[in-house]
Order: sequence, then C-alpha cells, then structure tokens
Amino acid sequence: MSFNEWLNKRFPMDRLVREHLTGYFAPKNFNFWYYFGSLALLVLVLQIVTGVLLAMNYKPDAELAFASVEYIMRDVWGGWFVRYMHSTGASFFFIVIYLHMFRGLLYGSYRNPRELIWIFGMIIYVSMMATAFFGYLLPWGQMSYWGAQVIVNLFETLPIVGPVLSEWIRGDYVISDITLNRFYAFHYLIPFIIVGLVVLHIVALHETGSNNPDGVEIKKGPKGNRWSKDAPADGIPFHPYYTVKDTLGMVVFLIFFFGVVFFLPEMGGYFIEPPNFEPANPLKTPEHIAPVWYFTPYYAILRAVPSFAGTQVWGVLAMGAAIVVFFLLPWLDRSPVKSVRYRGFSTKAFLGIFAVTFLVLGWLGTKPPSAEYTAMAQFLTVVYFLYFFLMPCYSGTGDNVGKSGLALFVISVLLAAGSLYLCWAETPDLGTGMKWLYTILSVLILFYFGLRPGWIKADEVKPVPERVTG
Amino acid sequence: MTDDHVDYKRRRLLTVATTGMGIAGSVGLAVPFAGSMVPSERAKAAGAPVKVDIGSLEMGQQLTVEWRGKPVWIIRRSQEALDFLAGMDNLLVDPDSSMAQQPAYATNPYRSIKNDILVLVGICTHLGCSPKYRPELSADTDAPFLCACHGSRFDLAGRVYKNVPAPKNLVVPPHRYLSDTEILIGSDEETA
Amino acid sequence: MKMKNMKNLACFGLLALAPVTAMAAGDAGIELEPMEVRLQDTRSLQNGAKIFVNYCLSCHSANFMRYERMAKDLDIPEELVLQEMIFSDSKIGDPMTSVMPPEKAAEWFGGVAPPDLSLVGRLRGADWLYNYLKGFYVDETTFSGWNNVVFDNVAMPHVLAHWQGRQRAVFGDDEHGNPVFEHFKQETEGSMSPEEFDHAMQDLTNFLIYMGEPARLVRVKYGMWVMLFLFVFGALAYLMKREYWRDVDVSH
Repeated sequence: MSFNEWLNKRFPMDRLVREHLTGYFAPKNFNFWYYFGSLALLVLVLQIVTGVLLAMNYKPDAELAFASVEYIMRDVWGGWFVRYMHSTGASFFFIVIYLHMFRGLLYGSYRNPRELIWIFGMIIYVSMMATAFFGYLLPWGQMSYWGAQVIVNLFETLPIVGPVLSEWIRGDYVISDITLNRFYAFHYLIPFIIVGLVVLHIVALHETGSNNPDGVEIKKGPKGNRWSKDAPADGIPFHPYYTVKDTLGMVVFLIFFFGVVFFLPEMGGYFIEPPNFEPANPLKTPEHIAPVWYFTPYYAILRAVPSFAGTQVWGVLAMGAAIVVFFLLPWLDRSPVKSVRYRGFSTKAFLGIFAVTFLVLGWLGTKPPSAEYTAMAQFLTVVYFLYFFLMPCYSGTGDNVGKSGLALFVISVLLAAGSLYLCWAETPDLGTGMKWLYTILSVLILFYFGLRPGWIKADEVKPVPERVTG
Repeated sequence: MTDDHVDYKRRRLLTVATTGMGIAGSVGLAVPFAGSMVPSERAKAAGAPVKVDIGSLEMGQQLTVEWRGKPVWIIRRSQEALDFLAGMDNLLVDPDSSMAQQPAYATNPYRSIKNDILVLVGICTHLGCSPKYRPELSADTDAPFLCACHGSRFDLAGRVYKNVPAPKNLVVPPHRYLSDTEILIGSDEETA
Repeated sequence: MKMKNMKNLACFGLLALAPVTAMAAGDAGIELEPMEVRLQDTRSLQNGAKIFVNYCLSCHSANFMRYERMAKDLDIPEELVLQEMIFSDSKIGDPMTSVMPPEKAAEWFGGVAPPDLSLVGRLRGADWLYNYLKGFYVDETTFSGWNNVVFDNVAMPHVLAHWQGRQRAVFGDDEHGNPVFEHFKQETEGSMSPEEFDHAMQDLTNFLIYMGEPARLVRVKYGMWVMLFLFVFGALAYLMKREYWRDVDVSH
C-alpha cells in the first residue's frame, strides 16, 4: 500500500486537491480585477508571520511599548525589515481589499447566488478594521494614543449604554496600560478568526462557482472541455492555469510592496505618521491628528454629520450605516444582469460617481475641517448613501422597485433635503455658487437616478451572451 | 487546438525555473525572519565582558558573578587543594581536559591561567542546573561540587566524576587578567 | 475632573480634529530653508556625531542609540569612541544616556525636561531641524534669554552661540497685524563664519536623521537587490504563465 493510499483512507487529501485546485473549474475570462483575492490571502499570511515575529520582541506595557518598538527597529537583527513589512502590509491589505470589493461592485459578484460569499467578505472587512484599529495603538506613540482615544470615545456618544460601554472597552477612564494590554490580546486573536472566515468565504465560493467579468453562470452553459467531459465548457482547472497566473500577480504585487518597504516605509506620512515617533502623552494632543488613510472615508462621514438634539450620536450612526449598507447590497441591486459590461448607463455612471466619492471622502478625512470642506463632505456623504438607497430605482427594470425601494427613495429625498438645509442655513462661510452647485447636483441625482421619469424608465441593459467573451 | 503545439520541455523548464525563484525568494525572506530571533544588540550588550576585582578573595572562598545571565564562579584554591587534583584521575571521565570545555590557555591540570584562581561557568553540563560548592568536604570521599538536580559531581577543577549524569567537565569561560587583582570575564587575548 | 476632561477631548476629537499645519512649516509658520540629507557622506555624519556627543548629549539623551552601533555605522574606531566620545562611565555597547539627572533637568530649564533625541529626526524632519538649529535669537523676555524662529518660546538656550554669535530677529507685520519674521540681525560675531556654521548644522542634522533610523543606511541597498530579484522572478513567472495559457482558447 502506497503512502498516498494510506493517507487518503484517513484524510481526503486527493479529494480536497481535486475539489479546490485541479478539479475546480474557474471561468477562463478572469481579468486584472481578479488578482486581488489571492493577493489578499498572501498579505494575510505575511501579516500573521511578521506579526508573530514582532510579538516575540514587543511589550504590551505602557511603560515599555514605545521603547520595545524602537528596540525592534534598532537592536533586533532584521527587526526593521519585519516591522516595515508589517506596517506596510497593513496599508496594502486595505488597498487590496478595497480593489477586491470594487471588483464585486463592477461585476455584481454579490448577486444571487453569491450573497453569502459577499456577507462573509464583509465580515472579514469589518474584522480587518477592528484588527487595524487595535494594532494601531500598540506602538504607543502620540497618534496611536489619541487615535484610540477618539475612536473609543465614539462609543461614548451612544445613548444610555455609551459611557459604560466605552469604559468597558478601555477598562479605565482613559486609554491606559490596561487598554493597551487588552488591545494587544485582540490584535493577536482576530487575525486567526479572519483565517477561519476566509475558509468560509472560499468554501462558499467553490460551492457556487466563481463569477466573471461577463457575469455569465458557466455552470449553466454547455459542458465539456479538453480537461473534462462534464466540466463547464468555459471553465479551466484552477491549477495550473490560475495558480501560474496568480503567481505572476503576486510577484508584481511584491514589487510594489517591497518598493514601499525598502524605499518609502513612511509613504509620506500616510502609512506611518510622523507624530507617532513621539511617545504617547495623555496630557498633550498632537497638533495634526488624523486616522490612518484607510479609515478616512468613514471619518469624513463622521465629521460631516453635525450634532443636534443635544447629542453627537448621529455622526457615529452615519459612520456605522456607511459600513452596514454594504451588507445590504445583494438585495438593493434589482438589475436583470450582473456585470457592468451589460448594464445601462445610469448604473455605470453612479458606480463611477460612487468610486470618486469614496476617494474624495478619504482625502477630506485627512484635511482640517473648514466651511468648504465640511460642505463638500456633507454633500458627498449624501451621494455615498444615495448610491445604495436609490439602487432599487436606477438598477431595476422600472417595475421592480417595490415598497422597500419607494421607502428608500423617500429616505434619499429627506437626506438630500437635510444636507441642503445645512448647506444654505448653517454654512454662512460657503460661497453662493457652491451652494447652488450642491443643490443642483443633489436634485439632478434624485431626479435622474431616483424618479426616473418616463423617458428613461428602466436602465437600458444590453443582452448578456450565452458564453463568456474574452 | 491540440496538444501538439505544447512544448513540454520549455514548459517544464519554466516551471522549474519559476519554482526555483519562488523557493529562493522564500529562503531569502526566511533569513531576516529567522534572524530576528538571534540575540539582539541589547542581549549582546548585556552579555558584554564583566570586570571582577579579586583582590579581597580569600583562600577557599567562592565569588559568583553574572555573565550573559549565567553564574560564573571565581574560587581561590589552596596549595593543598591543588595537590589533591593530581591524584583524582581514576575517578574522573576526562582528567586531562581533552574535550573542548575550556580555552587553550586553561587546558592544563588546574584548568586555570593562574594555578590558584579557578574560573568556571557554574552551570552543570547535564541539564543546566547550578551545582553547589561545598568547600568543607574532602575531595576524595565526596565532591566539592554537587549538582542537586540529578546528582552530578565535579572536582575542584570543575572535572566531572565517573558514573554521574553529566557527560563533560564544567566550562571555563574566556577570561584574562587586566592586572594581578582584576579579571575580565567573557574576553580573552584573541577576541580583545 | 478627569472624566470631564476626557469628554471635552472627545468633543475636540469629533468636531475639531485637525491636521492643522503641514509638517513642512514651522510652528511660527515661517518658510523653511530646505536641507539636503546626505547619509552616504560619512565624514559629515562623523562630524555631526562629534558635535552631538559634545554639545547635545550633556542635557539630552539618545536612549535608543548605542555607541557601538554608531561606531560601526559611521566607521569610527571603537577606541576613539571610548576615549573621545563617551564622557560618562558608559560601555561601548550601552545606549547614549545623558549625564544630566532627569529629575534635575526639568528644574534647570524652567519646567521642561530636555526630550530624548533618538527619534527627533523622524519626528521633525531635516528641514525643520536645520532651521531650528540656526534659528536661535536673543530674547530677554524668555526664561533662558533665548528664543527660536521655528519653535516659539523654546525652553532650550542657544548652546552653540559661541560658534554662531548672537543674533536678533527682526519682525514685521502681516495684514492682520501679527508679527512675521523677516530676517536676522547679527549682534556679535561667533568663532565660525556663517558658512562654517551652516555646514556644521547640516552635519548635525544629517546625524540626527541617521540616528532617527539607522537602518536607513542599509535599507535602500538591500532594496535594490530585492527589486532586481523580483524583476527576474516576474519575467520568469510571466513566461511560465504565457506558456501554460497556450492551452486556453480565450475566445472559444
């Protein structure tokens, strides 16, 4: 009996390899956007390996943490390399995940039957944000300290439970040694939960099969190809074809990644912020404080919403909602087609507007507030939400908006009205030209994407081909 | 489309070459990763040579200092004790210090630079406990060094007895005399 | 009290969080004269190190920097470091601690203890440091009798005044009537010419940048090799991908 037989009687090695690699038939028309899934996995592994090595020299103690990071940077052999890989990896993880999510938006990868894959993915994204937030406190620099202070204070704004909740998170009345200690524990724990979620994400993906840039379900198409009689004609074995392709993708990715690690580890203050080279000082807030770039779109939304009715909870709720709406995407999209290739103009246009909105909000989140910036952030916050809330109207066939779609349209109108009220009544420093610009744009968006008057009606979709195109 | 067009030789070559690069890259990455676990500059600085003043060390007295986190003993031996060492050979595993447990300048019957001053790393060669010094006992009936953990015994030159768990003599650390009364432990002429 | 403070801070954080000025500008908002960092210039680094241990290290510390590392990186023989650069009983492997007791330090400088300088290069950047080092002027209204154009009301006196000489700052008014720094007026000559002093301060800044991140000396060098490796790897990976994908008829 060969070792192979011995093994496979006890563990389904061959079956696993067949089901997930050599016998997993993926559509043959993956394009550039399909590299980021395997790249995310690569970064996850690098983060865990470098993280464990850093943990061997790091001390989660308010008295020692800052010095232990410098100890890694100077006294530990190769320590600077491991640490820069980890700090750069954090930012690259978010770059890769944002592009991976944008791919989902482009090709409707969240649509039936892949809703669960999307939900697992969103849970991974939220877990990543938690990990990044906990990890950012660990160097115990000024930015670490004050950033954590501000974010934990967000919870304090929640009604009734807020103050107790934020004290419970900190384990103290301010961010302290106690907080640092537990953040370290969470920072070490969550990545392993993410690994488990990634397994769920991939198992669900291999159950439904991968989507592709045409949004064609290859399993429903003709069967038979040069590798198998029963496999979809438009599928190719993941191994070797996508393993060699992803290898190329990984090397190209590593060129960018190590380019930053070796030549620009601070990335102009975006990946490592200069004030973090000063140890945490609870008595002095640094002059320039902004979250790390991957949080800034949400941070801009948080700042855009003013406090009223005696509480600032609204900004916090808006920030939370900005993340939660992503979960609802599979049910907001009513288009008969998946891929952007065959969608009508309005869907394409709003996706483009949304991408730009997200980037500009991210930029605004790094800027000091001013009348112009705040008004712009308020307008763009509304655009951000309208992309989701008007989706039943503009993506559908015109007759499948439904009661939920109508309700969301009403909410959209109220949101836009609220922001225009702020713009006209509460922002005296803003020029009239800008006020009119935001007003006209808001009305246009509501009218064109929401009301969809008789002469536009449904989003004009193009016919989807039977089989994938190149 | 047929398999005729496939150049399997070229395909195998490229696969081997790329896999080789992948392995080389992984090894290259593993070097700083594994290397980050070697003793750091702080550990090295803390393990720097230690100066010891032996001016007031009395006959038979044991002085223990820390070097690289380990106990190092300095003992002044009497002429009587030194004479005793010569007659121990049949009780010992390695009476001539032929195993490299000491620098060349301490490879002599007394395992020391100056006959009377013994410098030893006080760590049992069995499993790393620190043996006890018992100067009051005579050298032939019981040993001057007894390891409480597993009963290994050593004589007054740190040489191990037969029939004990420890396989080798105690280690003599690199050391040198800065003056008659000052020893530098952890550094000898070659590395100075 | 503490709770209340934190609430205020929370409001501050939520509503007014501001990366206010760009890092390039000084506190007083003056234009900074740029300085080119030359880490491959070992002589400059050595001179900077000499100035640093002789003048800065008497009050400041550089607790994350070890003498041994400096000796190795800057090509200074260890004996020379031991004889000429270490004024305490520190060993070669020890970090650069200050000779001044920290509890006394705050007292002597009007309540502000001199900060550790290991990371000041990364915190402030070369331009700021260079302008700061040159920017001291006589100001009788301060505790030390000195002030600085890029760090208003700085606690530190001008330690190198005997090199630079004493200078005063001339301020004009901007459109809102706020004082704006215009230029310096030399009061007494120092032992160095202005060019010599500029060079000395460039060397010192250079050293402070090196000390902020000693790994920077090797990082770029290793980076080149890694890039070279990855480009070859990438070329092979591309050829391999293309070879395998001959099997796939993308247009069916």
